[in-house]
Amino acid sequence: MPLLDHLWIILALPLAGAAINGLLGKNWPKSAVNSVAIGSVSLAFLAVVETVREFLQLPASQVPWVKSYFPWISAGAFKVNFSLQVDQLTIVMLLTVSFVGMLIHIYSTGYMAHEGGYYRFFSYLNLFMFFMLTLVLAANIVVMFVGWEGVGLCSYLLIGFWFLKQSAANAGKKAFIVTRIGDFGFTVGILLLFWTFHSVDFGTIFTQAAGMPSDTMAQAGVLTTICLLLFTGAIGKSAQLPLYVWLPDAMEGPTPVSALIHAATMVTAGVYMVARMHPLFSRAPVAMLVVAIVGALTAFYSATIGLVQTDIKKVLAYSTVSQLGYMFLACGVGAYAAGIFHLMTHAFFKGLLFLCAGSAIHAMGGEQDMRKMGGLRKAIPVTFWAMFIATFAISGVPGFAGFFSKDEILEAAQSGPHANLPLWLLGLVAAGLTSFYMFRLIFLTFFGEQHFDEHKVHVHESPRNMTIPLMILAFLSIFGGWFAAPKLVGGTDYFAAFLLPVFEDVPVTQTIIDRTPLTEQMKNAAIQAGLKIDPEPRPVAPENAAMEFVHAVTGPPVIVGLIGILVAWWFYIRRPELPEKLARSMHGLYTLLLNKYYVDEIYAATIVRPLLWISTNVLWHTVDEGLIDGTVNGSARLAREAGGKLRELQSGNARSYASWVVVGAVGVTALLLGIWMKVH
Amino acid sequence: MSVVPISYYLVLSAVLFGLGVVAFVFKRNIITIFMSIELMLNAVNLAFVAFARAHNQLDGLVFVFFVIVVAAAEAAVGLAIVITIAQNRRSLNVEKVDLLKF
Repeated sequence: MPLLDHLWIILALPLAGAAINGLLGKNWPKSAVNSVAIGSVSLAFLAVVETVREFLQLPASQVPWVKSYFPWISAGAFKVNFSLQVDQLTIVMLLTVSFVGMLIHIYSTGYMAHEGGYYRFFSYLNLFMFFMLTLVLAANIVVMFVGWEGVGLCSYLLIGFWFLKQSAANAGKKAFIVTRIGDFGFTVGILLLFWTFHSVDFGTIFTQAAGMPSDTMAQAGVLTTICLLLFTGAIGKSAQLPLYVWLPDAMEGPTPVSALIHAATMVTAGVYMVARMHPLFSRAPVAMLVVAIVGALTAFYSATIGLVQTDIKKVLAYSTVSQLGYMFLACGVGAYAAGIFHLMTHAFFKGLLFLCAGSAIHAMGGEQDMRKMGGLRKAIPVTFWAMFIATFAISGVPGFAGFFSKDEILEAAQSGPHANLPLWLLGLVAAGLTSFYMFRLIFLTFFGEQHFDEHKVHVHESPRNMTIPLMILAFLSIFGGWFAAPKLVGGTDYFAAFLLPVFEDVPVTQTIIDRTPLTEQMKNAAIQAGLKIDPEPRPVAPENAAMEFVHAVTGPPVIVGLIGILVAWWFYIRRPELPEKLARSMHGLYTLLLNKYYVDEIYAATIVRPLLWISTNVLWHTVDEGLIDGTVNGSARLAREAGGKLRELQSGNARSYASWVVVGAVGVTALLLGIWMKVH
Repeated sequence: MSVVPISYYLVLSAVLFGLGVVAFVFKRNIITIFMSIELMLNAVNLAFVAFARAHNQLDGLVFVFFVIVVAAAEAAVGLAIVITIAQNRRSLNVEKVDLLKF
């Protein structure tokens, strides 16, 4: 198993790329920077593929495959090894991250072609890949934390890539600081984890947790506390209520960055972490409920904001927040596989949406306001079709990737072992809102009349290195969900079945239980959760398959999604004057949504401004300048003045020196005499 | 034969040493200061000799010889310095020699 033994190679490649470009690339031609950047991520992707091939040949007893490379921290009982692991969950994440990452690297060579700091951009991007892969491959929570913070750093660097622009620099800071609030909880969670289990290795923790009694709703103990603390970190990183405010601002960064970091990979790290820690979450029902509630509320809440935004990237940002809410809803109702499934399909279609938005912005010469676009369909057909497909995918139209994953999440929320009908309804309404605002975006941007001066704006299709990644991602936005397609006609959901060994102790839905080959352990877990196990897998009869199919593709999420599409069509194609009328008649609500519920203003008034005031007046002017500077400068002044007085003793007058000698001699003699007298 | 008690010698030695110290501190003429150093050295010599005699040991006597040798060397160097100062400053007043300071 050559590559499974050397998992570090996957990490070393992008790190080397980042180092080479960052240290040497300044004066290199763009082609050289390109080859280093794309070469390193492509090689990393190939390494991942080879790892997957080798992993699939491993016997089940050797999964998860853990490889420890060197002891990293050793302080008393606290021991951390730099260790990496591979299991099915890692595989899904590795493939998604490295493949989407590679495509976005290629796209960036076109998008950033005319920008300054080209080498710097790719160096950061490679560094991001390194940290993201570290996060995914980590076999203990401390190494995971390194990746977790590292991607946060790269996010900061890339949001503020155009740091001469004040708003970009501020957005970078905002992202970093808001995420840090969540990370505080995460850090405390790690400490509590070590304190409880005396280890930071996932394997050890999970084995011990399996032997612990579960917390219940009424009695929330240390497991619940740990889970809630860890989830705080996820709230910050994955932009959930109430810490989501940084993500819309993060759109100040270059669009490929928004696609890679703020849609496809980094922001999903929280979902991955919750899924990774599922043995703990499953034993903490209160924490599960909190995860589900936060997820569903966020999904609904940010979808409502997305309805009225006019900046194309802002719509996508709120949409991302909303979709991340879905993933947490899935985790909260115990459907981890569905959450990870949505994570993957979301990486495809949301990455694609951002890249297409970037392509449209590129074509419009930097314009981001959708009201000033319109009718771009003919001018940039590749971008249009790719974005059209991605919009179908996110709206959950049957057959597209988003349909399968979103459907599974809502199914689990409706009828899974942790079903929660109010949350299911929230998710359902959010699905309708999603398809409405996404088609609103499409209609405003690509259909209707052109709202710009054709002589001033030279609309042009993007170069090939930008459109080819679009096509590949469009392909995946359709077929990326088809692992689950046999389910529609009563077959196995291969994605859930693939992940089942990871989540074997978590009861999944009856549908999955019925149609997936199970191991003994999985059966036991399912029986304990009150699910029925048939002795034989129950194949759906061919004559019922058609019914099954019709049933599956006309479920509530699909209906609601289609309604959303129709309403969008009615509003923006059929009767384009309607939205304005509606906005006028519901002025209060419209203004509220347009101003994003004034959350930024509320935070500014209640947290940021008081904090700034305290920092300026108390911490800066009083503590720093008064106390700390006062102490430092004061001791310096004391030394100087004491020295000034003391040096007058050295007068140059030999007789005064002699007097000092005498005084000294008398002193010493007196001292000796005193000692002598004490002794006798 | 009555022996002079050691305390007599020591008192004499202390008085001589004290006179040397006082002269060293208060006198301004370098030559006088120089002489007061000699006075202090010899006061100490006297104490050494007295102790050596009282304890019937040679150590103190040997020490005195060393002191005398050192004093001779010191006189040679010291007088050379005095002459140099006298040539440079046209004065033997120690107050005029005050460059050895900050």
